[in-house]
Amino acid sequence: MRRTRVLLAAGAALSLALTACTTDTPTDGPGEEGQTSPSGDWFDAEEYETQLAQRDMEPEGPADEPWLQAIDPSYVDTSQYALEGEDREDPTVCFSNASVSNPWRVTGWITMQQQVEVLQESGDIGEFRVSDAADDDNQQISDIQTFVDSGDCDAIIISPSTTATLTPAVEAACESGAPVIVFDRGVNTDCHVTFIHPIGGYAYGADAAEFLVEELEPGSRVLALRILPGVDVLEHRWAAAQQVFGESDLEVIGHEFTEGDGATIKDLVTQHLQRGDVDGIWMDAGDGAVAGLEAFEDAGQPYPVISGEDELSFMRKWQEEDLTALAPVYSNFQWRTPVLAASMILDGEEVPEEWVLPQEPITEDELDDYLERNADMPSLHYAKFGGEDLPGFPEAWQDR
Amino acid sequence: MTATDTPAAGASGALRRAGAALAGGGGGTVFALLVLVFAVIFAINPGFARPPSLLAFAQQAAPLVVLAVGQYLVIVSGELDLSVGSLVGAQVVVAARLIDGQEPMTLPVLLLMLAFGAAVGLVNGLVTTVLKVPSIIATLGMMLVLYGAVRLWTGGAPTGALSEAFRVAGRGDAVVLPFIGGVPWAVVIAAAAGAAAVALMRSPYGRTLTAVGDNATAASFSGARVWRVRTLAFVGSSVLATLAAVLIGGFAGVTAQVGEGLEFSAITAVVLGGVVLGGGRGTVLAAIGGALAVEALFTLFNQLYLPSTIQPAVQGLIIIAAVAYAARERSRRSPRAPAAAGGPEKSPREEV
Repeated sequence: MRRTRVLLAAGAALSLALTACTTDTPTDGPGEEGQTSPSGDWFDAEEYETQLAQRDMEPEGPADEPWLQAIDPSYVDTSQYALEGEDREDPTVCFSNASVSNPWRVTGWITMQQQVEVLQESGDIGEFRVSDAADDDNQQISDIQTFVDSGDCDAIIISPSTTATLTPAVEAACESGAPVIVFDRGVNTDCHVTFIHPIGGYAYGADAAEFLVEELEPGSRVLALRILPGVDVLEHRWAAAQQVFGESDLEVIGHEFTEGDGATIKDLVTQHLQRGDVDGIWMDAGDGAVAGLEAFEDAGQPYPVISGEDELSFMRKWQEEDLTALAPVYSNFQWRTPVLAASMILDGEEVPEEWVLPQEPITEDELDDYLERNADMPSLHYAKFGGEDLPGFPEAWQDR
Repeated sequence: MTATDTPAAGASGALRRAGAALAGGGGGTVFALLVLVFAVIFAINPGFARPPSLLAFAQQAAPLVVLAVGQYLVIVSGELDLSVGSLVGAQVVVAARLIDGQEPMTLPVLLLMLAFGAAVGLVNGLVTTVLKVPSIIATLGMMLVLYGAVRLWTGGAPTGALSEAFRVAGRGDAVVLPFIGGVPWAVVIAAAAGAAAVALMRSPYGRTLTAVGDNATAASFSGARVWRVRTLAFVGSSVLATLAAVLIGGFAGVTAQVGEGLEFSAITAVVLGGVVLGGGRGTVLAAIGGALAVEALFTLFNQLYLPSTIQPAVQGLIIIAAVAYAARERSRRSPRAPAAAGGPEKSPREEV
């Protein structure tokens, strides 16, 4: 009797420990990019310099439609994919989505659906088939395979959940003959027609870090709050920040992983405040920024200089409390581009081979303007979602 | 069975029993650990010993203390409740959506949360006791159902906002004392929940609960209605998880990740307090001590600038080590009289 209970207890403990490891989904970040690599070194100097340079380039394309702009594009011919006559009417577009597991992706996904409705109305797209892999690589591989096997897809859009694992599946999609459009996170192949993404993580992290360096006195103490390790764009953001901070006179007192959980963030910031002043907060994503600021309120300390994200609860707090802040942006409007690109490719129009979308942080000067434009939007909505001109605005984004 | 079962070894007397009380994986051990962890924290950072810092620590630990008390009720009755983390998340997200910043909605929504929490506990309890689904499976299922349902309902991103009144419990101060500073409501509430649980465990229900966890068959022969006793424990756990949700939501507001992983923190706390998985042993005070010790340990890691990603790994090690330690101590001791509670004078009767 006793022996069995001990065994039972040990078994239960073991399974608890095992499930404790597996229930953490590795993509709780603000949406992007999920390549997990064993390598500890995420800094690629060449790519870093490229992204920093891209921030200052004038993008090509219409200024009032940033989702159609491209930075330093080199166009590819897509006439081989052009559909003629009856084939061009109501083509089927298939979309394999990695997940909608965080607010950033939810916002983008709504925008994409609204854009699709417009294209369906005009007849540029017929059926829009969607699969959601819920952050599961294996699920997404089989989703893509299903699209390929069906033979119905005139174009395939893929937002990969991770880079290396999804590469063969993307290659298989290319071999099916349909044009393949990859966006957000990348893959290790160039068989796709176009790869759509904002400038990238280095630019995001550097924007945030440069702002803190500029606003804070030398010797100020900065706390870095990160979502989780091992996700490539989040690591790029941090790698860029380390680079910038390393060249500055700021003291980085620590970097903490929070999984974007408000309680964890408030807890960690409170503990740091107990140990000394915190003058600046750098975040790799804006989730829970308000909880971090509340820790300062509750401790009776002055607000820090903070870089958050273009998420609305943070931006509203920024305006209310008149903070010294910056909202780096990971352009959410990129979710419109892939379906527009699909339509262009099926028309045989040339598209950029690597479609780098503009990615500009929101500064204090633009704060009121963006808040006014998004006045009716809920928290956890992203200011640069770029869907104001779509017919479903604003209800589609309010009612989620 | 084996030699560990023989009643021979137990003769060494009081000294050994006293040693066992401190090292035996029970209440004494966890409080010794707590004192040790705090001593190390104070040594690293003397500023932490000031009342405001300690009260801030107590405020952060309050939700886990409340959850640990709830988890204790279930574990001591021989079951497990894995659904509390998801329940906390669901309650906060639902509250934010329904309140949506409107102050007058606070009380109705709080009552609704209470009813929802009790209902979840009732389902957990009845599925375990009446349908005979092992609680680890029943509550794992509930955890996934709640997790999925909330994401389905919110489309992956919570909306709305909590009212100021809602947030007072988790964020505000109950009283401001001279020299000490503000005493947070969360600390008062957690202390009240702990005191209530201590009283409950001394009541006839509490003794029956322990007896059921120790040996359900014996308890039912002595007249306990096992299914009802256990179901009530699940209801207690879910209601306390609801209270924890009010504290956590009040503390930090609503985020998409709120509540994730809390079930493991609560189980770690209870197990560290020496309440053996499988039921029938341990005190509620030790479980509270376990919650404080887990929280203190994480504070220590933070003070040592260890990455917070170390926490799940440490939690896993604590669970295994604590259970293994308790099991080893128990198998060394002489066997106890079988299931004393319930009273031998009562005649066994049919369980309904």
